[in-house]
Amino acid sequence: MASKDSVSRTVMVALALCVVCSVVVSTAAVVLKDKQVANAANEKKANILAAAGIEVVNGDLDAAFAKVTPKLVDMATGAYTEAADIATYDDRKAAKDPAMSTTLTAEQDIASIRRQANLRTIYLVEGDNGLEKVILPVHGYGLWSTLYGFIALEGDLNTVAGFGFYSHAETPGLGGEVDNPRWKAVWNGKQVFGADATQPMIGLIKGKATAESKHDIDGLAGATLTSNGVTNLVRFWMGKDGFAPFLANLKAGEA
Amino acid sequence: MSKTKDILISPIFANNPIALQILGVCSALAVTSSLSVTIVMCIALTTVTAFSNLFISIIREQVPSNIRIIVQMTIIASLVIVVDQVLKAYAYDVSKQLSVFVGLIITNCIVMGRAEAFAMQNPPLPSFMDGIGNGLGYSVVLLFVAFLRELFGSGTLFGFEILPLVTNGGWYYSNGMMLLPPSAFFVIGGFIWLLRTWKIDQVEKADFTLAKHTK
Repeated sequence: MASKDSVSRTVMVALALCVVCSVVVSTAAVVLKDKQVANAANEKKANILAAAGIEVVNGDLDAAFAKVTPKLVDMATGAYTEAADIATYDDRKAAKDPAMSTTLTAEQDIASIRRQANLRTIYLVEGDNGLEKVILPVHGYGLWSTLYGFIALEGDLNTVAGFGFYSHAETPGLGGEVDNPRWKAVWNGKQVFGADATQPMIGLIKGKATAESKHDIDGLAGATLTSNGVTNLVRFWMGKDGFAPFLANLKAGEA
Repeated sequence: MSKTKDILISPIFANNPIALQILGVCSALAVTSSLSVTIVMCIALTTVTAFSNLFISIIREQVPSNIRIIVQMTIIASLVIVVDQVLKAYAYDVSKQLSVFVGLIITNCIVMGRAEAFAMQNPPLPSFMDGIGNGLGYSVVLLFVAFLRELFGSGTLFGFEILPLVTNGGWYYSNGMMLLPPSAFFVIGGFIWLLRTWKIDQVEKADFTLAKHTK
């Protein structure tokens, strides 16, 4: 019997251990895969519903999500497109792929996102009287991190119906207050555009916005850079390089 | 029996891995801003420590000593991946908040330290108990830190409002520093101070004594 420290014995033990461990790890990964994928999909649905202010009854996400229709929009023309399969299209991946995205010039890129995906997924909520809400994805740089969220507009495509971020890493208690439900509620009912439907006016101001103001949102105390970032990203996505062409088409009924 | 019990209980206060051995502090700073996340982290770490100790102890006679650290790491890493996968499947929200820190259990000095110091020399059952005991010792400190950080940082415990915050229309001005990782240093420092006031034998002898003033 070879001693415990012999070369052959060492190789044997290492091999056996690797085989056992890899079987255990791959079994766990394969068995749990379906559940993990379902979790990620549910989370996205929950975020979209939360932004739109649609209530989830008894935790039944799919029933609540039945009202929501995803659509792909070509950002250049602002029209619906079927150039990609919506079920598998990944906006974030597309924004990183040079073939599927466009570089933004410094002048355009007020939200500091560098690249813009050519196609974006948007969500429509249809009601009894036609279009009820449209939910648009937004993202941009705050102080420490890129904030990812959704903005929901009412059927007039100007009034905010809901707003919220689902992923960010801003300072807890300061910039992190973007998650505060009281602050998010301030957005509801504000107008994105003024007289000119290509120039978004909505934005955060220093201090508290007055109740009469149509475009002002309360600034986040102690988080000037996050506040600026939020203003920039909303103005970018509502502006001419963002969803303004699409919103114009949608209003004219030509999307 | 009493020895098994001693192995299980002593790491909680008498030989606490964080407070006495100052191991595994990094994750104690990162995951303690809310209690519910902390509890999941504690369960994950305790499970990994216990089972890595068990498996390493079972094969300790077979492991060639020149590759023993690699063998330990492989077992620990496999367990951590399994725990991470399970969390992603069954506790998705919490696993998102824990993010990389579940993966970083691999490098947590407590797991490695117990495997090398205890499981390599002891039979499986005591090793398993030692793993659970050290996991509990880690948990006690983390829960203490998380309790203070969540209460004074967010005014909540397990997400339930205890001190209504000014930003939510209450009276409590939150302590922003408590939400940031460095505050855990102060809290752990306080914990160690309290523990060593209670168990005086844990106080380390000073490395140097101050010389008297000459002239």
